[in-house]
Amino acid sequence: MSTQLTVSTSPHVHSEFSTRGIMFSVILALLPAGIVGTYFLGLRSLAVIATCIIACVASEWFWQKCVMKTKTTIGDLSAVVTGLLLAYNLPPTMPLWMAICGSIFAIIVVKGFYGGLGCNIVNPALAARAMMLISWPTAMTTWTVQGMSGATPLAAMKAGNAVNVSCWDMLVGNMGGCIGEVSSVLLILGGIYLIWEEVISWRIPVVYIATTAILAALFGHGGFMTEIFTGGLLIGALFMATDYTTSPMSAKGQYIYAFGCGLLTALIRTWGGYPEGVSFSILIMNIAVPLIDQYTAPRILGAPKSNFFKRTGGK
Amino acid sequence: MNLPTFLGGVHPPEGKALTENKAIEKLMPENPGELFVYPLSQHIGAPCAPLVKKGDAVLVGQKIADTEAFVSAPIFSGVSGTVKEIAPKMTIAGSIENCIVIESDGKYEKAPSLLEELGHKPEASDYVKLIRAAGIVGLGGACFPTHVKLSPPKDKVINWVIVNAAECEPYLSCDNRLMIESPDEIIRGLQYALEIFPNAQGVIAIENNKPEAIKTMTEHNKNPKIKIMPHKVKYPQGAEKMLIKSVTGQEVPLVPALPADVGCIVLNTRTTWQICKAIEEGLPVIERVISVTGDAVNEPKNLQVPLGISVRKLIDACGGFKEEPVKIIAGGPMMGLAMRSVDVPVVKGTSGILALTSKLAYIAEESACLRCGKCVEACPMHLEPTLLDHAVRRRDYETFEAHGGMNCIECGSCAYSCPASRHLVQSYKNGKAAVNEARKKAAALAKEKAEAKK
Repeated sequence: MSTQLTVSTSPHVHSEFSTRGIMFSVILALLPAGIVGTYFLGLRSLAVIATCIIACVASEWFWQKCVMKTKTTIGDLSAVVTGLLLAYNLPPTMPLWMAICGSIFAIIVVKGFYGGLGCNIVNPALAARAMMLISWPTAMTTWTVQGMSGATPLAAMKAGNAVNVSCWDMLVGNMGGCIGEVSSVLLILGGIYLIWEEVISWRIPVVYIATTAILAALFGHGGFMTEIFTGGLLIGALFMATDYTTSPMSAKGQYIYAFGCGLLTALIRTWGGYPEGVSFSILIMNIAVPLIDQYTAPRILGAPKSNFFKRTGGK
Repeated sequence: MNLPTFLGGVHPPEGKALTENKAIEKLMPENPGELFVYPLSQHIGAPCAPLVKKGDAVLVGQKIADTEAFVSAPIFSGVSGTVKEIAPKMTIAGSIENCIVIESDGKYEKAPSLLEELGHKPEASDYVKLIRAAGIVGLGGACFPTHVKLSPPKDKVINWVIVNAAECEPYLSCDNRLMIESPDEIIRGLQYALEIFPNAQGVIAIENNKPEAIKTMTEHNKNPKIKIMPHKVKYPQGAEKMLIKSVTGQEVPLVPALPADVGCIVLNTRTTWQICKAIEEGLPVIERVISVTGDAVNEPKNLQVPLGISVRKLIDACGGFKEEPVKIIAGGPMMGLAMRSVDVPVVKGTSGILALTSKLAYIAEESACLRCGKCVEACPMHLEPTLLDHAVRRRDYETFEAHGGMNCIECGSCAYSCPASRHLVQSYKNGKAAVNEARKKAAALAKEKAEAKK
C-alpha cells in the first residue's frame, strides 16, 4: 500500500454535528426574523446588524491573534451568532459606536477573559445588552416604528397605559421593539427549525415560555398573548436561554433552569423596575448553571438510587 | 412496535448493506509455504507459553500454547505444517508481541479432536472444562475467557443466559450471517450453557435490523426455555450492561461488579456457536468468520478463515481496494482499533476488517467544548463525558474517579456526537490507565509497608 494509514482512537465515524454547522443553523434560524424586523423598523436596522457582526468577528480575531496569540477560530461562526443576537436585542436607532462598544464587551470581556468559546459563564450578547442598558439607558429604550416614535407594548403596560397593538401586528412584528424580537411568527419558526435539526431541545424554550405566560397571568400582569408575543421572551427563550455554554447539560437541569428563567421574567415584568425582564432573568440563571449542573448530574447506570448527594459531593 | 432498548446511545449509519446478504465464503489458502502467525496472548488474562518449538510439525487444531493460569485460554493452530520460528511480531492491535509462526503445508491435516482426549461423551459437568480446553473466549472482540464467565462464584444464582446477537457495531454482519446459516448450532450452544445453569432462562437478543436472522432463529427454536428477543436498533445495544438492562430490566452495579451479580451471563453469538462445536465435535477455536468491508474494499465479503492468516490475504480475497483507504480498522467503526499495517495476523477477537476512505473515516482536529450536552445525552452509562474529559486533561484523576469515570465502557457514543470533535474516548482510556496505575502503586506500597512491619 502506498498511502499512510491513520492510527487514532475509536470511534472512527462521526455524526453530522460540528460547531460550525450548529452555528450556521442558528444563523439560518435567526435570519428571517431580522429581515422582517428590518422591514417594519426601517433600513437603519441593517446598519446595526452589520456593525455588530463585523465588530464581534473583528474583536474575536484581534483577541485570539494579537492578545492570546493562538489560532483564530472565527471560522466556527460563533462570533457571528453573538453579533447577530446582540444586534437583535438593540433598538434600530442605536448609535453605531455604542453597538461597537457592546460587541467588544461581549467578545473580549464576557467571552475572551473567561477563556473563549465554551468557557464564558454568562451569555455574551445578553451581558453586553445589560451593560449597554445601564450605560446608555435612553438610547437603549428609544423606539420608532415606521418613523413614529412610541413605547413598546410592555413599556406601555409598565406605564399603566393600554396596549394598542393588534394580535396580528404582534404576531408578524408590526410594533415597537428591538430589531430581532418583533417578528414572533418567524422566531417561532426559527426555533422549530432548530429543534427539528436537534440543535436545541424543546425543554428550555417550552418550559420558559409557559412558565412566564402562566405566572404573569396569575400575577395579574397581562394576557397570554401579550406576554408571549411582545418583548424579548421568544428570542430569549428560543435563542439566548438555549445557549449551550450557559445552560445546564442534563434534562433535569434544563427544566429547573428554564423554570427559574420564567419565574424571574414574570416577577420582573409584574413588579420590577424594567418593563422587560428576559435579559436579566437569563443572566441570573446563567450564573446558577454550575450549581444546577452539580445537583442534577444523571445517575450513573447501576449506581444506587439514593446516592444523589454522595455523588455530587465530590468523592 | 415497542421493542426493548436502553436510555442514551446514538444512531450511526449502519453500513450493513455491504455484507449482510453475502453468504459466508471459506478462504483456505492451499499453497504450501504460506505463513500463519499466532500471538501468544489472544485473550484477557495471562499470556500463554509456547508448547512447540522451531521445526516441530503441527496439525490443524493442535494446541500450540497454553498456561496454568485460570484467566487465560490455550491457542491452537489453524493449519498443518511446521513451526518456523517463535519471535516478536506486530499484532493487529499494533503492539509487538511474541508469536508462533507456522509454515503451512497446505494440507490441513487434522489433530485428534478434544473429545478423543476426553475419552467419553461429555456431560454437563465436563462442559466448562471442555470450553477451557477449546480455547473459547468472547469472540465479539473483548476476548474474555468464556470458562471464567461460566464459573461464577458459588453464591451467585444465574437466572439469565443471554446470547448477544445484537451486532450493534455498524458495518459488521458476521454474526448476522452465522445466525442465518447455522441457527441450530447457536441454539444448541445456548442449550448447553443452560444445562450448566439449570435455573436460567435463555434469551437470544437480536437488533431489529436483522429480520432474516430473527425469522430463521425463531423458526429453528423449539426450546421453550429459549426466547428470541428482537431489540430496537440503537448503538451500543450490544454492550453487556445495555443488553442486560433491556432484556431483564436490571442494572449491573458500578464497577467492579459483574453481570453475574445480577444473575446474568452474556455470550457472543460466535462464542455460543463455538461452545456447541466444542461439546459436540471437540472443535477448538481454529477459525472464525470475519466481515471484510468498508467503502474502500472492492468486493466486501463475509469470510471464514483459519486464525493466524494475514489480513492482507483477506483483503486480496475481496479483490483488493477500489480506492485508497485512509483508515483500516480491526473490528467495527465505533470501537475497533485502527491498524498500522495489514501484514498482521487474524486473532480470535477479529470480527471485522473495515477499510474506510477519507469520505467515511472521520479525522478531525479538536476544538473547544461548547458544553452542548450532546455527550451527556448520548452516554448509555449516564456519565457526564465532558466533565470526565476535562478532569483527565488537567490530570485530576480523583474527580475522574469520583464521577464514575471507571464505569465508562468506551463505546464512543459521546465522541460520535461531539460537535467539537473532542477526543473523548482517548481521554477516558488515559484516565482509566492512570487510575489503574495509581491503584497498583498504592497496593504495592501497602504490601511493602505490611512486610516491613513483620
